[in-house]
Amino acid sequence: MSAKKGLHLTLKIWRQKNNKSKGQFETYKISDVSTDSSFLEMLDILNENLINEGKEPIAFDHDCREGICGMCSLYINGRAHGPDTGITTCQLHMRMFKDGETIVIEPWRSAAFPVIKDLMVDRSAFDRVMAAGGFISVNTSGNTLDANAIPVPKEDADRAMDAAACIGCGACVATCKNGSAMLFVGAKVSQYALLPQGRIEAKRRVLNMVKAMDEEGFGNCSNTGACEVECPKGISLENIARMNREYMAALVDQG
Amino acid sequence: MSKLDSKIPAGPLKDKWKNHKDHMNLVAPNNRDKIDIIVVGTGLAGGSAAATLAEQGYNVKAFCYQDSPRRAHSIAAQGGINAAKNYQGDGDSTYRLFYDTIKGGDYRAREANVYRLAEVSANIIDQCVSQGVPFGRDYGGQLDNRSFGGVQVKRTFYAKGQTGQQLLLGAYSAMSRQIGKGRIKMYNRHEMMDLVIVDGKARGIIARNLVTGEIERHSAHAVVIASGGYGNVYFLSTNAMGSNVSAAWKIHKKGAYFANPCYVQIHPTCIPVHGTQQSKLTLMSESLRNSGRIWVPKKIEDAVAIREGKLRPENIKEEDRDYYLERRYPAFGNLVPRDVASRAAKERCDAGFGIENNDTKEGVFLDFSTEIIKKGKEAAIEKHIHNPTDQQIYDLGKKWVEEKYGNLFVMYEKITADDPYKTPMKIYPAVHYTMGGVWVDYNLQSTIPGCFVIGEANFSDHGANRLGASALMQGLADGYFVLPYTIADYLSADIRTGEIPTNSGAFDEAEKGIKEKIDFFLNNKGTHSVDYFHKKLGHIMWNKVGMGRTPEGLREAIKEIEEVRNDFWKNVKVPGEGEGMNTELEKAFRVADFLELGQLMAIDALHRNESCGGHFREDHSTPDGEAERDDVNYKYVGAWEYQGPDINTEVLHKEELIYENIEVKTRSYK
Ligand SMILES: Cc1cc2nc3c(=O)[nH]c(=O)nc-3n(C[C@H](O)[C@H](O)[C@H](O)COP(=O)(O)OP(=O)(O)OC[C@H]3O[C@@H](n4cnc5c(N)ncnc54)[C@H](O)[C@@H]3O)c2cc1C
Ligand code: SF4
Ligand code: FES
Repeated sequence: MSAKKGLHLTLKIWRQKNNKSKGQFETYKISDVSTDSSFLEMLDILNENLINEGKEPIAFDHDCREGICGMCSLYINGRAHGPDTGITTCQLHMRMFKDGETIVIEPWRSAAFPVIKDLMVDRSAFDRVMAAGGFISVNTSGNTLDANAIPVPKEDADRAMDAAACIGCGACVATCKNGSAMLFVGAKVSQYALLPQGRIEAKRRVLNMVKAMDEEGFGNCSNTGACEVECPKGISLENIARMNREYMAALVDQG
Repeated sequence: MSKLDSKIPAGPLKDKWKNHKDHMNLVAPNNRDKIDIIVVGTGLAGGSAAATLAEQGYNVKAFCYQDSPRRAHSIAAQGGINAAKNYQGDGDSTYRLFYDTIKGGDYRAREANVYRLAEVSANIIDQCVSQGVPFGRDYGGQLDNRSFGGVQVKRTFYAKGQTGQQLLLGAYSAMSRQIGKGRIKMYNRHEMMDLVIVDGKARGIIARNLVTGEIERHSAHAVVIASGGYGNVYFLSTNAMGSNVSAAWKIHKKGAYFANPCYVQIHPTCIPVHGTQQSKLTLMSESLRNSGRIWVPKKIEDAVAIREGKLRPENIKEEDRDYYLERRYPAFGNLVPRDVASRAAKERCDAGFGIENNDTKEGVFLDFSTEIIKKGKEAAIEKHIHNPTDQQIYDLGKKWVEEKYGNLFVMYEKITADDPYKTPMKIYPAVHYTMGGVWVDYNLQSTIPGCFVIGEANFSDHGANRLGASALMQGLADGYFVLPYTIADYLSADIRTGEIPTNSGAFDEAEKGIKEKIDFFLNNKGTHSVDYFHKKLGHIMWNKVGMGRTPEGLREAIKEIEEVRNDFWKNVKVPGEGEGMNTELEKAFRVADFLELGQLMAIDALHRNESCGGHFREDHSTPDGEAERDDVNYKYVGAWEYQGPDINTEVLHKEELIYENIEVKTRSYK
């Protein structure tokens, strides 16, 4: 059998011209979607149809389509990055859906991520938190120590890597009822906390990042763990705990 | 008179860079804040350059089309980054890395550039480690290394399968530090639309704010282009969806020569195209070829039955399988270089043996069953299991494969819904990296004074073919350690110039050109979407300017691309408005540029009457189908000069490549 099954779907999609106007759901029908297509390819087909009908296509964010750049977003049937676990929207495939299904598609919803258009939101708050301290203050001249002069236990390097795997997609924020960015910030703080480099400024780092996070309008963490469940990269709640420890230590030190 | 002066410093190869640095002009620290630099692109090349220039005290304005610098395409690189550290004590050295890179590039790269790249490679690792990049370590706490194709030492550093991500986040964090200090002004979701030249020098850009649609003027004393490669000219590739040639092409139209456009790297192990709805191809790491055997059915009726789903590959008997790489290249087998493996797969599929059961019929098997059994038997002996059952052997072997490649197998299953432990993976070559790009001299300056080009966007260092793990190295070398020196030499003449005004005629004119194009696109009310044209272009490129090229095919391609382009300018339809986010408008500008570049690629491929690296001309091959290079007539860089809208009139300039330190040899993998 060479012909693959084509899905017929009803899509309820959030449309919003820009961040000043009010948005609403629109309903679209789409047919003959290959079960091998990705979710974003399904939206490409819908957009192609809309353009051919003389309508404006739906704006959504995406770039690598390999699950690594963190650009794609989308709340699908009430879940960040859709019904599968451990993946981003670009890695979600249509075989996860049934013929005849209705799919509801919304943008990330969080006060700190204003809508730009349709399904696209502004996540630059993350960049501002990073600029407040998400780095090691080393010059980029290359006149540094030989790399092997800083030995790092393999276990620590591996755990630092696990924390560093965060792709900055914002699913954690979008899925949290408080809109907290603790998983994202915790991951970065943990990466550096687990390595010998940059320890000298650890206290300043965590204080500055937490302050910036609060100023950006992210909510508090109330330990419900929804972020961990929806994180496509398996960033664990441990990182929030580690950040809290770093933060408390820094506060105590501040007096 | 040709403007191609490579400016390679005199003296012995190993002292060139040091001597050059010792004699270049400098900008004193107290003068650097009188100078503005624009950096277009925030991947490994642009990100590292922006951070370093800002740290040195220049005023940097950085641009990227994504919502954050952290999402540049560099983030996707998996395998690793090379550096001649010799930490493993296996005889690696600057010379050896230099030699491998020149040879891997089929002797079509500059000796002096490649030597410098090898020389600074070790610094890159030091720099990244000090920034907190979590490279893989061994149990002694020291850095671990892998080995990669075409190389006999272990020199590849890695951070799990996410090396590009971690290196980019390192550069992004260095940028973030400077953004926080106000030394870099970051323009996210901004696209460079044109270069502005004042009195013969690059002095600024026209950018479009992709959120508001506003057209902005930005001036500077120098402009650095770090906008990545142009693989998306093929529509389907492993590149990110937004990767484009526009910034590079715009400067080409303003006087920068475009070198070796026909050199494209095709990667042999990607997941095949599943059908006409596909938008993007996904890479499966090359490391899989260490354990997988590549085959197609020997009998054409078996291939047909597989495609129709009537036969499972597991049920094809050993003697009915054609392990074509092992057959053709007994010495290297499944580990031949990327270009050779790719062409061999295409040859089998063209002959009708492709196995993918969809509209494309392209694909070959990458089979782990032999390895599973081999490793299973080894493990059984180690565990003292006498007379193990087939199931025991399979389970032990599967465990070994899982430990080594588990994450890739999961990714494959998510995309294809096939379990690669049970049934062989399907793979097919895909466009991956572009070695061609803007011609630059040793200082990384294009033929436009004050316009520098770094990373994948320039043509340098990889020749006709790129080895694995060397693009990341080049991007960071350019950005952290080369450009910051060479640009100072240029800028030292500018400390008294003062701020460049943006109200000059040159800015007016460039802005007007862009606004007219926007009006055209929005009012054209044609019949077809931008993607319609892009797919048509991609189809021509893949079939006629792809893995195998013939003079007839290239001549047809040149004509057909021109027809698609003419049709595009008549019939393209771009909905929406110019004010505000309009993704179709963004695409229209990018595809317009691809339609011109594609033609130049075909012209370049037609003029180069030889086969080398990523450029394979079927009429320049040996009787058994191997590449035939022509060093007597084509040992040069081909750099094209724009002459106007008719791409056929572009003028070729040649930079002869001189090898003083290396013997030019034929590559053979038999
Ligand atoms: C799947 C995959 C795996 C790879 N694996 C490896 C590997 O293991 N090892 C290795 O060495 N190499 C690898 N490569 C190649 C390597 O990743 C790239 O060559 C390299 O990252 C390119 O870096 P760059 O900085 O030149 O450009 P990019 O990272 O592509 O950055 C381009 C930048 O330019 C910006 N830009 C583009 N156009 C404009 C415009 N008009 N206006 C404003 N901004 C613009 C973008 O926003 C972006 O910031 C891989 C590539 C792919 C696709
Ligand atoms: S922590 Fe997870 S969900 Fe949050 S931004 Fe990082 S990868 Fe995304
Ligand atoms: S598009 Fe890059 S993670 Fe989905």
